[in-house]
Amino acid sequence: MADKSSANAYWAANKRIITISLVIWFFCSFGFGIILRPLIAGIGIGGTDLGFWFAQQGSILVFILLIFNYARYMNSLDREHGVDEQ
Amino acid sequence: MDQTTLNIIVVGASFALYFGIAIWARAGSTSEFYAAGRGVHPVLNGMATAADWMSAASFISMAGLIAFVGYTNSSFLMGWTGGYVLMAMLLAPYLRKFGKFTVPEFIGDRYYSTTARVVAVICLIVISVTYVIGQMTGAGVAVSRFLEVDARTGLYIASATVFVYAVLGGMKGITYTQVAQYCVLIVAYTIPAVFISLQLTGNPIPGLGLFSTHTGTGEPLLVTLNGLLDDLGFNSYTTSTNPWLMALFTLSLMIGTAGLPHVIIRFFTVPKVADARWSAGWALVFIALLYLTAPAVGAMARLNITTTMWPEGVEGQAVAVDELPDWFQTWSVTGLLKVEDKNGDGRIQYYNDGNADMQALAAERGWQGNELVTFNRDILVLANPEIAQLPGWVIALIAAGGLAAALSTAAGLLLAISSAISHDLIKSTLNPGISEKGELLAARISMAGAIALATYLGLNPPGFAAQTVALAFGLAAASLFPALMMGIFSKRINSAGATWGMLAGLIVTCLYLFTYLGWFFIPGTNMLENTASNYLFGIPPTHFGPIGALLNFIVAYAVSNATQEPPQEIQDLVESVRIPRGAGGATGH
Repeated sequence: MADKSSANAYWAANKRIITISLVIWFFCSFGFGIILRPLIAGIGIGGTDLGFWFAQQGSILVFILLIFNYARYMNSLDREHGVDEQ
Repeated sequence: MDQTTLNIIVVGASFALYFGIAIWARAGSTSEFYAAGRGVHPVLNGMATAADWMSAASFISMAGLIAFVGYTNSSFLMGWTGGYVLMAMLLAPYLRKFGKFTVPEFIGDRYYSTTARVVAVICLIVISVTYVIGQMTGAGVAVSRFLEVDARTGLYIASATVFVYAVLGGMKGITYTQVAQYCVLIVAYTIPAVFISLQLTGNPIPGLGLFSTHTGTGEPLLVTLNGLLDDLGFNSYTTSTNPWLMALFTLSLMIGTAGLPHVIIRFFTVPKVADARWSAGWALVFIALLYLTAPAVGAMARLNITTTMWPEGVEGQAVAVDELPDWFQTWSVTGLLKVEDKNGDGRIQYYNDGNADMQALAAERGWQGNELVTFNRDILVLANPEIAQLPGWVIALIAAGGLAAALSTAAGLLLAISSAISHDLIKSTLNPGISEKGELLAARISMAGAIALATYLGLNPPGFAAQTVALAFGLAAASLFPALMMGIFSKRINSAGATWGMLAGLIVTCLYLFTYLGWFFIPGTNMLENTASNYLFGIPPTHFGPIGALLNFIVAYAVSNATQEPPQEIQDLVESVRIPRGAGGATGH
């Protein structure tokens, strides 16, 4: 890590994408899957409501997308800031 | 060929495969023993992590947990997968960059304290030992049920198998056997599920079948199931009960998952930090293959059982005793399934006799209580091929799959225990001058010792076997996860803060569990009865993990701010784990 400001920017960007990811993580599991389920109860899917689908399957699919997106983003951020492994 | 011979052939073939891998992947150095030489491809590590993670509980019990409770137990699905998001973003890449071998090692170095390291070792051993008991008993039961030997012999066979590849190969042997075990268990889980989904909905993908139309009634599968359950007085399959408790339980499982040391150390085996990030994603993909199928297996099995009991529909006659399918006979022998014709009409009425409306209806129709007296939820997955009338080799496959799930998790836990003993206690605390060869030998002896202990505890399970999983998750959430996360995300947390934080989380969580479940889980020694009215703010002991974690964070923060900030070299260490450059292979040990 050459200079201090690049290091700070790198870490700030990491914390930003973690925060965004965890907000989505929260809304898709605890939100739509549990607490906000009544809000989206009007949307039907296969004989039940969307909240049930989020609790049993949707949240898991979102988790996978979040991790792959994070890996892709961070691995390119590493290169941008010159902190990737050679 | 009879079923037992077929089971022996299939299970024997899978064991032979594991032994073959063990001989091929012998460990020659401590780096190979602890971290598979850091040469594992991220996709393969994802597979190994999935097998490491998915225990007998995921493979055998989870579908049943969902089937008999419905929506509310979606907590297990979200909790046991959502933890990977936390692990992938908050722990795994930085701990891989740190480049050492064990979880307590990071805590000891980051908090520049042997005390912190020893506290972490204690947390790790308590978590892993409690967890491994369930795996050993599970494997023992599976061996004895399918190979028709008694449970003791079953347990010895299971222990001997783990012994061969774990002592010989360490992490390297365990990794590649776990890859094989993942393949065995996922095939075994999926095949019966596909057939059942085809029978009920015509859709070959069980996860989609769950939301499809039931071919028998022309209505959606879940509507059909809800209708039947309602007619029999059971709770609706899709209704929620207490969303706040459900959310708290889900959070407890998530944080606990992220803090389990035997899963964290899997991410030490990949070559680069970037690989650790990808690998977490792959792990969740492989886990999801089972976790997206499990809720379908649960709902479909519940429907199958209900229609088996009421072949003419709920309005018609119940199933006659002599028309019960064969698998009732097979499983009655194990005591996990029991029917009793209470009113002597030669038929078995299955309904919720605790429901007031049903009691009125029962009186009218001459029923004298629910006659499906026992239906252990673990049967669901194990008997699935028989329920769906699939051929014998599928039943044998389920046996091999259940064993693969239990053995792969047991091996991962045993490695976490033995490396904490040989590396954190012997090498770093008791005998720092030990040679590489000496440490490798010590690691092998610790492994053998851990297996012996696990076997002993499996043969003589302490009275608390059922509570152990709650304990493991609660403690992982309350002790290790906060200490690891703060060590990376805060430079201000110091040695005293982390040590007191871990102790606070550990002790308060244990006390809360002991209050309701008995001191050290000895039945009868609990101070308050384990009922909702006694709980602090209505929080059951199984849901306490997040509270313990919160306490850990608060204590660590308060103590750190009241005492000196960590020395400069520790702050530099934190800076260095935050960036991937310079990770390379294993460093300085």
